[in-house]
Amino acid sequence: MSGHTSSPVGRSATGTDDVVMSLENVSVHFDEKQGFVDSLFNEPRRVKAVSDVSIDIPENDVLALVGESGCGKTTLGKTIIGVQRPTEGSVSYRGQDVWDAKDGVGDVTIPHGDIRKALQMIHQDPGAALNPNRKVLTSLEAPLERWDPEMSTEDRRARIFALLDRVGMEPPQDYAHRYPHQLSGGEQQRVALVRTLLMNPDVILADEAVSALDVSLRVETMDLLLELQTQFNTSFVFISHTLSNARYLAEKAGGRIGIMYLGEIVEIGPPDEVLNDPQHPYSKVLRWATADLDPNEQEMVDPPVRSIDIPDPVDPPSGCGFHTRCPEAREACKRSAPDLDAENAAPGARCVACHRTDPTHEYWNSEPLAGTEDTTTPDVGGDGR
Amino acid sequence: MPRERHETGRDASDPIVEVRNVSVTYDLENRDAMVLDDVSIDLRRGEILGVVGESGSGKSMLANAMMDAVEEPGITTGEVRYYPESDAAPINVLDLTDEELRELRWEEISMVFQGALSSFNPTMKIRGHFEETLKAHDYDVEEGMERARELLSDLYLDPDRVLDSYSHELSGGMSQRALIALSLILEPEVLLMDEPTAALDLLMQRSILSLLDDIKQKYDLSILFITHDLPLVAGLADRLAILYAFELAEVGSTEQVVSNSQHPYTRALLKAVPNLDAPLSTMQPIEGTAPNPAHAPSGCHYAPRCPLATEECHQEQPPWFDVADDQRTACFHHDEAEEAVALEPGVVDA
Repeated sequence: MSGHTSSPVGRSATGTDDVVMSLENVSVHFDEKQGFVDSLFNEPRRVKAVSDVSIDIPENDVLALVGESGCGKTTLGKTIIGVQRPTEGSVSYRGQDVWDAKDGVGDVTIPHGDIRKALQMIHQDPGAALNPNRKVLTSLEAPLERWDPEMSTEDRRARIFALLDRVGMEPPQDYAHRYPHQLSGGEQQRVALVRTLLMNPDVILADEAVSALDVSLRVETMDLLLELQTQFNTSFVFISHTLSNARYLAEKAGGRIGIMYLGEIVEIGPPDEVLNDPQHPYSKVLRWATADLDPNEQEMVDPPVRSIDIPDPVDPPSGCGFHTRCPEAREACKRSAPDLDAENAAPGARCVACHRTDPTHEYWNSEPLAGTEDTTTPDVGGDGR
Repeated sequence: MPRERHETGRDASDPIVEVRNVSVTYDLENRDAMVLDDVSIDLRRGEILGVVGESGSGKSMLANAMMDAVEEPGITTGEVRYYPESDAAPINVLDLTDEELRELRWEEISMVFQGALSSFNPTMKIRGHFEETLKAHDYDVEEGMERARELLSDLYLDPDRVLDSYSHELSGGMSQRALIALSLILEPEVLLMDEPTAALDLLMQRSILSLLDDIKQKYDLSILFITHDLPLVAGLADRLAILYAFELAEVGSTEQVVSNSQHPYTRALLKAVPNLDAPLSTMQPIEGTAPNPAHAPSGCHYAPRCPLATEECHQEQPPWFDVADDQRTACFHHDEAEEAVALEPGVVDA
């Protein structure tokens, strides 16, 4: 843990009352599995999936986390909805620490069961998320039976049918008696969505919820998600590796986009600012990587990075994690890690973790790193040489 | 710095592979399932042809058919002609014996599949794959390995490190690049790429694409690039072919297809793809779903979802219409498409 306490990003203007989830200085580390003999002599290799992230999720909020695979976006998402225990830092739901509630430590004001119910998740592959041997109705009844055993069968079914109808699966009686393989990918995703909505959750984590769907279905599914977000007053955390999907969701809902790199949020803010005027060099790289439809606008230029491969997360670079690939990196970037500097920012305003945003930083007087001036030729071999 | 868009390979009279009336059918119990329906297209010498289609549109079948590699019990009919030299007599790929096919594949026409991890043998080092391939095709191994090192360096890989690794020790992007190098080791003329970047991150996808452009120039390749991602290939391909439900909807130069498409499906697809620049309101889904191969409509396959469809479209398959220089469209109502499925100016002219 790097010691400094940064205040969470994006606190809403009305204060902390409507903050559903709050993460403070959260880090998640994973130890790699070792054999017995190996464990006697060596420390386990430790992957820092998330390091020192502080963020708030207000009510009715949409946050889209974007980054390359291995950047920790899924781990951070799972930590936000309280299914991944952080190695350091705290996760709280309406002021109650989620993991204290789970362990029964201190005064528990909100029981863990209620927290669990309020935080739900939609997985990437809807086919794998539904039991193939169960009818849709059986899969959907299970959570209601678990959390509300008193409810009568009629009420339960009425509620399920109403929700199926709401997500456009008509007639619901017909769909409810089908098996998952009798549904299309888009329909399976809707069933998974209904299953989370039955719990009236406060936050839904949607992990790459549209990337498995066909191109022509994506916009439709995203529209449905946003429609339900407003109707049910739910906050959504979307995880995406494509900037264009993240932009669609965040811009339409008036939410935020968070760009992640090697376990840290490097830039976060309103989509038009982050996308149209990216400040962090890594955000610019992602912007470059997103193809433009107009063939004349997107000549095949070399990527604005010095190496196209990501460093090993087990042994992340010192200082700023991006300095090994950053076209603007200088000596100062190797020594000190930039801060997202959210404490001084206005609520919901864009924050950037880069020395270049500070005009008085020693960065401006330090030497550029080798290879940064000729940004047109990426480093050979990535992490190889 | 932006590279020049190379005009090579725009010569329509010099195809390297001609695909004529190729269909692939699977004999099901009661009826035939047609997964590729009477497709005719040329791959021109030195061009990059982008084939765009949604999942299940038959785009992988097209690549497989070009190497006569459709798996049993699929039946490929039609003609695939390969011209090794501009004036040489064509080789009829679908008539070759097994031995002749073995020589054609990899040495003349090579293919890169999606998902490098499943293309490499997990118990063999990358070096072993190169050596095995060279030996199997009676190439000089030492000379071949020199070429392998050069190819790997061209793809921004460290040859020594990659050759001495197992595929699981490389990242997804590195093993996919190693696979591209492997596909080029026997110096083929034609490279068929089936979603070669689909499992990768955007940054790696785009980086590989910009490398492909270099590789194509250096090794004089003709490339068929199959993808579901239209914006991805738009910056790379010289021409685009749009597949919908087992048949070609439109073929033309990339600029024409992207900014001047005359087919309602292509236009709807352009609108359905989220991108960063267009206003959100212009992005709209395509209503309905694609047909099942066993129940393909008798007329135009897009008719059930098409806003322009008339009785004629449901009854008859539309012929090709030459709608512009080097652009053809299979739609009876191609002259109305522009109006019916309007693209906001911001989408392409931004």
